[in-house]
Amino acid sequence: MRSSPKSSAWRAPLRAPLPAPLPAALLRLAVLLAGGLLSGGAFAGWDELNMPTGVTSVSEEVHGLHMLIFYICCAIGAVVFGIMIVSMFLHRKSRGAEASDFHESTTVEIVWTVVPLVILIAMAIPAARVLIKMEDFSDSEMSVKVTGYQWRWQYEYLDEGISFYSALDAEQNAARQQGADIDLDQFGDTYLRDVDNELVLPVGKKIRFLHTAADVIHSWWVPDFAIKKDSIPGFINENWAKIEEPGIYRGKCAELCGRDHGFMPIVVRAVPQEEFDAWVAEKQEEMKTAEAATTRHWSTEELVAMGETVHGQSCVGCHQAQGQGIPGMFPAIAGSEVATGDVSAHLATVMNGVEGTSMTAFRDALSDTELAAVVTYQRNAFGNETGDAVQPLAVKELRDGKGGEVIRQSLLSRPGPTTAELDIDVSGVN
Amino acid sequence: MSSSHDDVVHHSADEAHDAHEHHDHHEHGPAPGLMRWVTTTNHKDIGTLYLWFSLVMFFIGGAMALVIRAELFQPGIQIVDPMFFNSMTTMHALVMIFGVVMPAFVGLANWMIPMMIGAPDMALPRLNNWSFWIMPFAFAILLSTLFMDSGGPAGGWTLYPPLVLQMGDSFAYVIFAIHFLGISSVMGSINIVATIFNMRAPGMTFMKMPMFVWTWLITAYLLIATIPVLAGAVTMLLTDRFFGTSFFSAAGGGDPVMFQHIFWFFGHPEVYILILPAFGIISSIIPTFARKPLFGYDSMVYATASIAFLSFIVWAHHMFTTGMPLAGELFFMFSTMMISVPTGVKVFNWVATMWKGSMSFETPMLFAIGFVIMFTIGGLSGLMLAMTPADIQYHDTYFVVAHFHYVLVPGAIYSIMAATYYWLPKWTGNMYDEKLGKMHFWISTIFVNVLFFPMHFVGLAGMNRRIPDYSLQFADWNLVASIGAFGFGFSQLMFVWIVVKCVKGGEKATGEVWEGARGLEWTVPSPAPYHTFETAPDIGPASVTR
Repeated sequence: MRSSPKSSAWRAPLRAPLPAPLPAALLRLAVLLAGGLLSGGAFAGWDELNMPTGVTSVSEEVHGLHMLIFYICCAIGAVVFGIMIVSMFLHRKSRGAEASDFHESTTVEIVWTVVPLVILIAMAIPAARVLIKMEDFSDSEMSVKVTGYQWRWQYEYLDEGISFYSALDAEQNAARQQGADIDLDQFGDTYLRDVDNELVLPVGKKIRFLHTAADVIHSWWVPDFAIKKDSIPGFINENWAKIEEPGIYRGKCAELCGRDHGFMPIVVRAVPQEEFDAWVAEKQEEMKTAEAATTRHWSTEELVAMGETVHGQSCVGCHQAQGQGIPGMFPAIAGSEVATGDVSAHLATVMNGVEGTSMTAFRDALSDTELAAVVTYQRNAFGNETGDAVQPLAVKELRDGKGGEVIRQSLLSRPGPTTAELDIDVSGVN
Repeated sequence: MSSSHDDVVHHSADEAHDAHEHHDHHEHGPAPGLMRWVTTTNHKDIGTLYLWFSLVMFFIGGAMALVIRAELFQPGIQIVDPMFFNSMTTMHALVMIFGVVMPAFVGLANWMIPMMIGAPDMALPRLNNWSFWIMPFAFAILLSTLFMDSGGPAGGWTLYPPLVLQMGDSFAYVIFAIHFLGISSVMGSINIVATIFNMRAPGMTFMKMPMFVWTWLITAYLLIATIPVLAGAVTMLLTDRFFGTSFFSAAGGGDPVMFQHIFWFFGHPEVYILILPAFGIISSIIPTFARKPLFGYDSMVYATASIAFLSFIVWAHHMFTTGMPLAGELFFMFSTMMISVPTGVKVFNWVATMWKGSMSFETPMLFAIGFVIMFTIGGLSGLMLAMTPADIQYHDTYFVVAHFHYVLVPGAIYSIMAATYYWLPKWTGNMYDEKLGKMHFWISTIFVNVLFFPMHFVGLAGMNRRIPDYSLQFADWNLVASIGAFGFGFSQLMFVWIVVKCVKGGEKATGEVWEGARGLEWTVPSPAPYHTFETAPDIGPASVTR
C-alpha cells in the first residue's frame, strides 16, 4: 500500500520531516531558511503546493479552471498593486507632490465596472461548463455506497454485494495518540493517510458514489478525482468519477465530525478491470467465511483478542486505550457500571448508542462478531474481570429480533457458555 | 509635561468649546469613580468601554489561536486533546467575531458617528448602556463552558447539527450566550439607525455623511435583518437538543442541511457586517493622508448598498458540497461572482484617491494601505472560491482558512488598528508614539503574512481544516505559519503599550490633528470634550464633512 505507483498530491516527502522536540524543530527551520528557501530545494516543489491535476477528466478540467482563475487574479493584482506602488512613489508629500482635487469621473467609473463584468463572464462560462459535467450522473456503470461513521467509512458495492469498513491504519492510529512516543518518520508521506481496508475500484469505468452518514455530517474527499461531497445522515448525495490511471489515491474526511475528524483517511486503489474482478471474487469468498464465523462458537480468548483490536479502532478515540476515558468528557469503561453490570445493557449501549452524547450506535458500524468481541473484551479488560463472554451468534439473534431469551441465557452463564449449552439454546430457537 | 499643564490645556479647550457654541448650560463632566463606567449613558464613555472590551477579547481569542498554532507546530499530538483543540477553533472564531471585530466597530461607531454628524449623543443613550453591559456577561457565560464538565463548544463556530447536538449540557450556556450577544448587537444597531436618521445636524444631508457613517448605517440594517435569523436557528438547536423536537434530525423528519441554509442566511451578511465598517474607516483615512477628497463618493455609497443587497443572495456558496441542484449551484456561483464588481469599485476608488495626491505615511495610512493590499489578496482568493467546481476542491481546506483570515486579520483587524491610530489623538488629546506605531505596523505585517500566506499552499496541496494533526508533507509550512502566529500575537503587545502610553501622555494634539483631515470630528478640540455639539454645528458644503 505504501509503495504507490502514483499518488500525485501526496507524492514524495519534501525531505525527511520529523516530529522533533522544539530545539530540533527550530534547528530544522534554521536549515530551511538558510539553504532551502534560496535554492528552492528544501521545501516541496511547486507541484506539491498546488492543487493536484488528478486522474479523471473532471479533475483535469477543475485544475485547468483553477489555474485560469489564479492567473487572472494574479494579473488583476499586478495591475492594482502596480498602480498603487507607482502612486506611492510618485505622489508622496516628501517628494513635493501637490495634491490635485479631482474626485470623480463617470467615464472611468463605468469602465472599471464594465471591464470586471466582462472578465467575470469570461470566467463564468468555463466554470459553468465544468460544473454541468460534474453534475451529470447519467450512464454510470457501477455504484458504491459510502457511509460516514465517527470515525471511519463503510463501503458497499451495490452490485457485487460486498461491504466493509475502512479506518485509519492501526499503527498510525497508535502513533497519533497524545504522549505516544513513536517516530512518525517511519510512516513517510503517508502518515495519517493509510487505512486498514482500501476501497478498490476499476479504472475506465464511470463509478457513481452514493454518500450518506450514520451519525453526523462527514464529507468524502479525494483530491485526485476532484470530488468532495457531504455525507449527511438521512440523505443520499451522489457524485461520480471515471479513473483514468491505476494507482493509489488518498483523501480525507473534509467536514468537521467530532474529536477524530482528522483521523479518517480515504485510500482508493484503482486497478485494471481483470484485477478488480479477481479482487471481487476474493472479497466475496472472505465475506462468506466471515458469515460462517458468526455461527460458530468462540472461546473467550479469541473474543478478547479480536475485541482488543476493535476497541483500538472504534472505542479508543473517546474511552482511551486503558478504558480510562477522559474525565468530564468521555466516561471510563474501566470499573464502569455499564461494563461490570448487566451484560445485555452493556451490549445494548454499544449497539444503540446513548442519545444526546457522542456515544453513537455501533449496530451498523460493527459486525456481529466484532460487537460480541468488543463487549467481551471490555468486560474482561481494564480490571473489569467479569468473566462474561458474548457469542457472535447471540448478537446476530438479537439483531434479527429473535431469541432475546437465548441471549440472556448465554450471556449470563459464567464463565462463558460451553459449546453444548449454546448449541442447545440456539437450536431451541431455530 | 506636568499634570497641571495638562489641566490647563484641557480646561481652556473646554472653555473655547463652550464659547464657540455660545452655550449657557453648564458643562457637566463624567461622574466620579468606577460607577461612571457602569451607569454612563455618554456615547464617548460607552465607545471607550466597547474598545477596551474588544482589546481584552482580542488577547483571549489570540491566546486560543496560539494554542491551535502550538499544537500544529509539528506533526503528532503534543499539547492538547483533539476535543479541546476543536473547542479552541470554535471558541477562537466566536470570540474574534462576536467579541473583537463587532464590538470594536460598535465602539468606533459610538465614539465617531455622533461627532461626525454633529449630534450631541446617540439617540437612545440608556439602550446604549445596556447593549454594552450585556456583552461582558454573555462572554463570561460563553467562556465559562470551557471550565465545565462537558467542555466548551467543539463543533465549529457554524454549530452544524447533528454534531453540535452531541455536546453536553453546557450547550445550553452557549445558546444563551449567543442570544445575549444577538440582543446586544440588535440594540446597538437600532440605536445607530435611530441616531443617523434623527440626530444629524441641520444641513447634514445623507449624501454629505462621511463614508464611515454610511457603511455603519448599512451594516446596522444587515444586523437587524440577520441576527434574528441566527436567534431562530440556535433556538431550534436548543429545542432539538433538550426538548425532543427534530427540526434538524432526519430521523424525526427534519433536515440537517436546513440548519446550514438558515445559518448562512445569517452568516454571509455577517461577514459583510465584519467588513463594511472597515470600508468606511479606510475611506476616511486614505483621503486624509493623500490630502485629496475621496474619489467617487457616490459610487462608494452605491457600491456599499449593492454589496449589502448581494450578501443576502449568496449564502449557499458556503454549501456547494452539500448536494444542491445544478440550478442552485449555478445561481449561487453567479451571484457570488457579482459581489466582486462593487468590491472592485471600492478598491479602484481608493487607488484613484491616492493617485495624484500628496501622500504621507503616518501609522494610520500604513495600516490603511496594508488593508487595501491584503484585503484585495483575500478578495481575489474569494473570487477563486466563488467558482463552484474549484470550490469543491478548496472547500474545508486551509485555502479557505487563508482566504478568510486575509480579509479578517489584515482586513477587518487592520482597519480597527488604523482607526485607533487615526482617532486616538482626538480621544486622548495626545499624539501616540509615531515611531513605535510604524514599528508595530511593519512587524505585524511581516508576521501576518508569514502566518497566513503559507496556508494557501498547504490548503491547495490537500490539508483540510479543523484537524489537530497532519501528514508529514505539510510539516514545513505549518512550522512557518506557527512562527508567524507567535510573532504576530506577541507583536500586538506593542499595540497595547502604544495605546496606554498615548492615554497617559505625550505630545499634545491639535484639534485638527492631521493636516489633511476633513469632517466635523476635527472641528472640536482634542481631547474631545465630554459633550460635543450640544448646539448643532453649521454644515457647509460636503467637503467640510467628508
